[in-house]
Amino acid sequence: MSRRPLDDENPDRLYTVTGGRGDAGDLDLDLVTLVVAEFEPAAGMQSEHVRILELSRRPIAVVELAAELRLPVSVVKILIGDLLDTGRLSLRRPSAPPSGKTRLPDMEILKQVLIGLESL
Amino acid sequence: MDSRVSDPAVRTPLDSTATTGLKIVVVGGFGVGKTSLVGSVSEISPLSTEEIMTQAGVGVDDIGKVRDKRTTTVAFDFGRITIGPEHVLYLFGAPGQERFWFLWDQLFAGSLGAVVLVDTRRLEDSWYAIDRLEHHGMPFVVAVNRFEDRGPSLAQVRDALSLSPDVPLLDCDARQRESCKLVLITLVRHLTRLSEHSP
Repeated sequence: MSRRPLDDENPDRLYTVTGGRGDAGDLDLDLVTLVVAEFEPAAGMQSEHVRILELSRRPIAVVELAAELRLPVSVVKILIGDLLDTGRLSLRRPSAPPSGKTRLPDMEILKQVLIGLESL
Repeated sequence: MDSRVSDPAVRTPLDSTATTGLKIVVVGGFGVGKTSLVGSVSEISPLSTEEIMTQAGVGVDDIGKVRDKRTTTVAFDFGRITIGPEHVLYLFGAPGQERFWFLWDQLFAGSLGAVVLVDTRRLEDSWYAIDRLEHHGMPFVVAVNRFEDRGPSLAQVRDALSLSPDVPLLDCDARQRESCKLVLITLVRHLTRLSEHSP
């Protein structure tokens, strides 16, 4: 809570970065949704798009991209949406999708998390 | 509460096999040690990022409104732990105050559970967070970050926070990796128990 550079950010710049668009459409991106680049950046691309593609040569979470770009999460989601639309970026899909809308997490995932934490 | 910004050049990328991000949220009042806890167990230096909010504390669903000068940002820290070839656990430090509730919705959506980090000198800072978690049915454990050996016992803390007996409560030292590991393990065991007992 100590670093707040965007408080001094010019709102017009954020507006320009997203081309004035308001939201990420129907995209259901979570903070921890992982994305990966499908192509290298092309000439003439917006610098933020180039940066996202460079950072996502290996899978990376939406929130990590926001931190690296030093842009608000909602702005980065719009930029990610652009790249998904043009097929330059894709979403990583879990091999086994979570079962339904149950409140509690899957037992198998919990088991793996426990093993992962114990071996830290 | 320093927010270290990692150098992108040295940030370790995820495995190319990673598919799924998981979340655990650490919530607590200002200066209670959320960033320390995240940093103690994270494989990367905690990163800080921002989300836009209006002065009224309402999330911005239209970036066009960012032109409205009354918008501001709220910062939050996070770290990560690689769990296996496919799973990555992200730990978020979330401010506990009521005015940040909009950020909570984003942080808590789909998260495994929460750790409420409390400072016994300012127990009242945790009331809102605990109330909100209970209201949403989000499983949580309470960890007391002991800044000194004195202070109320765990039983007294449980009483002061009106915690139900089935909510795990433990002491921790947010600067110590082993201690923070135990907090997270306690949460995951709690989640496992709840899953086992659910129909």
